[in-house]
Amino acid sequence: MSDRHRIRGILALPALAGFGALLFWGLSGLPPFGHYHGQYGYLINNLALPQRHATNAVTAVVFDYRGFDTLGEEFILFAAVTGVVLLLRRERGEGEAGRTGRVTSDLLRWIGALMLGVALLVGLWVIAFGVVTPGGGFQGGVIVAGAALLVFLTASYAAWHRIASESALDPVEGAGVGIYTVLGLATLIAGAPFLHNFLGPGRPGTLLSGGSMSFLNWATALEVAAANLVLYAEFLEEYVAPAIRGRR
Amino acid sequence: MHFLAFGVAGWICVVGLYGAITSRNLVHLALCLTVTQSSTYVLLLAIGYRTHGGAPIFKGVKLGTTTVDPVVQALTLTDIVVSVTVIGLILALALDVHKQRGTVDPDAVADFKG
Repeated sequence: MSDRHRIRGILALPALAGFGALLFWGLSGLPPFGHYHGQYGYLINNLALPQRHATNAVTAVVFDYRGFDTLGEEFILFAAVTGVVLLLRRERGEGEAGRTGRVTSDLLRWIGALMLGVALLVGLWVIAFGVVTPGGGFQGGVIVAGAALLVFLTASYAAWHRIASESALDPVEGAGVGIYTVLGLATLIAGAPFLHNFLGPGRPGTLLSGGSMSFLNWATALEVAAANLVLYAEFLEEYVAPAIRGRR
Repeated sequence: MHFLAFGVAGWICVVGLYGAITSRNLVHLALCLTVTQSSTYVLLLAIGYRTHGGAPIFKGVKLGTTTVDPVVQALTLTDIVVSVTVIGLILALALDVHKQRGTVDPDAVADFKG
């Protein structure tokens, strides 16, 4: 077997060298580094603030100018997590040691409690001000999910299992992608283009700026946070209580 | 020097592919795919870079200031988050293979039938 791998590695080298050469040749035809002249970015930079009162041009792209594409991305996320659930969520055995174990160090538990509050606050802040300053639903959602994971790391599996239960997360995940889709369809029914920004742009630099972008932002945050929590929950469950072999 | 960022992107792509070809472990294979995919992030961000450009955020910054391209940034940020869940799916598949065959060597499951 190891001979086979060595031969495969040696055979791969010339092929990869050829591929690499083609790739570098292609990349050398790009505009020089630092001299990009794409028109779209330039236009959005100059339109996001006057049109939508959004000071964060990246969020304006994600949830407004390219909002339909983000809907597709959300469905990739949703489909991937559904796949994981289909593969991993089945009859499981009882891993008693994993289920009953808890962190006994008081210091660690205290640090965990403090960190949880801080991480949760940072996550919500990153989501809420996504239209104004760097951040948004995607980044903040990941931070919120990470904060919840601290419960497992610094308290106990039982405590984690209570907050990351299937019955709580599955509806939230569905709601995230559902709200996004419904908002898009609602604008269609009202006679406007799909995902049309239907609210007034608000005052720039405030939480009310960006119009309906904030709704899409929060829907995405729900979806991303719940999707990540479902992933963590499924893999952790697999770790503490492996699926019963043979019974499928 | 100007070619460095594009060179790094190409190098990450090739290295990831080499790892995938010579992989002996499905988990390792999944991570190699992540490495290959990361090259697209480096490439996208390198393409959108403008010399002395700031972040495309106009809070307290005058409109019309030189910034890096916001479109490629948006593409990269959504893809990073989505790719995490896709890798989760691939790892779940690897876990399933291990449950059914007792191995995670891609060669040993080459004759895998559903």
